[in-house]
Amino acid sequence: MDTNAKAHSHVHIPTVRILVLVFVALIAGTAITAEVATINLGEWNIVVAMAIACTKATLVAWVFMGVRFTSQLTKLFCVAGLVFLSILLLITFSDYSTRGWTYHAKTWSTNKSEGDSKTWPADKITSPAK
Amino acid sequence: MPETIVQDAHEADADQYVKHHFATVDQQMDADTLGMWTFLITEVLFFGGMFAAYAVYRERYPEAFAATSEFMNVKIGAANTAVLICSSLTMAMAVRSAQLSRTGALIKYLFGTLIFGSIFLIVKAFEYHAKYVEHLIPGPNFHPDNLAPQLMHNAQLLFFLYFCMTGMHAIHMVVGVGLLTFLIIQSYRQQYHATYFAPVEMIGLYWHFVDIVWIFLFPLLYLIGHWHW
Repeated sequence: MDTNAKAHSHVHIPTVRILVLVFVALIAGTAITAEVATINLGEWNIVVAMAIACTKATLVAWVFMGVRFTSQLTKLFCVAGLVFLSILLLITFSDYSTRGWTYHAKTWSTNKSEGDSKTWPADKITSPAK
Repeated sequence: MPETIVQDAHEADADQYVKHHFATVDQQMDADTLGMWTFLITEVLFFGGMFAAYAVYRERYPEAFAATSEFMNVKIGAANTAVLICSSLTMAMAVRSAQLSRTGALIKYLFGTLIFGSIFLIVKAFEYHAKYVEHLIPGPNFHPDNLAPQLMHNAQLLFFLYFCMTGMHAIHMVVGVGLLTFLIIQSYRQQYHATYFAPVEMIGLYWHFVDIVWIFLFPLLYLIGHWHW
């Protein structure tokens, strides 16, 4: 085994060109985000802003953080992080967005005329909050 | 026939940079990288909780949240975003310099990152002061001008989230500035070069992560109802 065996054998050094290109893209993304925010797109304002932010974040992770050169295992961990984040967000939103849907049942009663579960009037069922 | 191998002075004794439980510098670097990303995933979830809280309340009180954009200085926010992106570029260049054993350039870029990071924090401090002067700190003294009384209560939620999220981000920046100072001292002592630059790369990952958090904070906190005026 030669003396060099323990040194880095596959270090990927990014070129200055790609780093500067990503930098320019990030600055452009910031300018576009600030400009688009002055236009009323209704519901789409947030969608466009988040789409640009996600693109910028991906560029930083892929090039500046060197995900493109890391091992498959590290890439898998990065994806796992996003999966965990989406679980956190999805379960939170599925909770909050369905809270108005709760079915308020009447107190149980032995009286036949009150406790008939088969014929609930429509107005007794709470509709989802709009 | 004997070959003449031109080596970096450090490469001949790569052994001294490899901890005894690793076989090679590469294996050690892979472990460092994986460990750092695992930490960053916990950070993603830490900030993710605050982003989830933000999303829930913004969905619930859209008018109050949109009204708060009037009190945010978009120009300063955008300029600070640009400063942070500059610091990410200098950090990436610092890692590259370390990989190429260019110690002079490494120190220069680390200083650049430190200065951009400090500018960001100083600007943030002035922004916080402006919020204090305008009575935008949530609590008994929250009474900004030009805010409809019926929105007052729910608008406080946004400022609460604003100070939590930008505050946690700023604390991460302060930690990053400390780590950069450490890197600069070690670089002066010629500790990093093509064979051993793991600390530069790992702190670089942390710095870029903090930048990514701000990339999301800027549109979410400064540009909510910007098109109203």
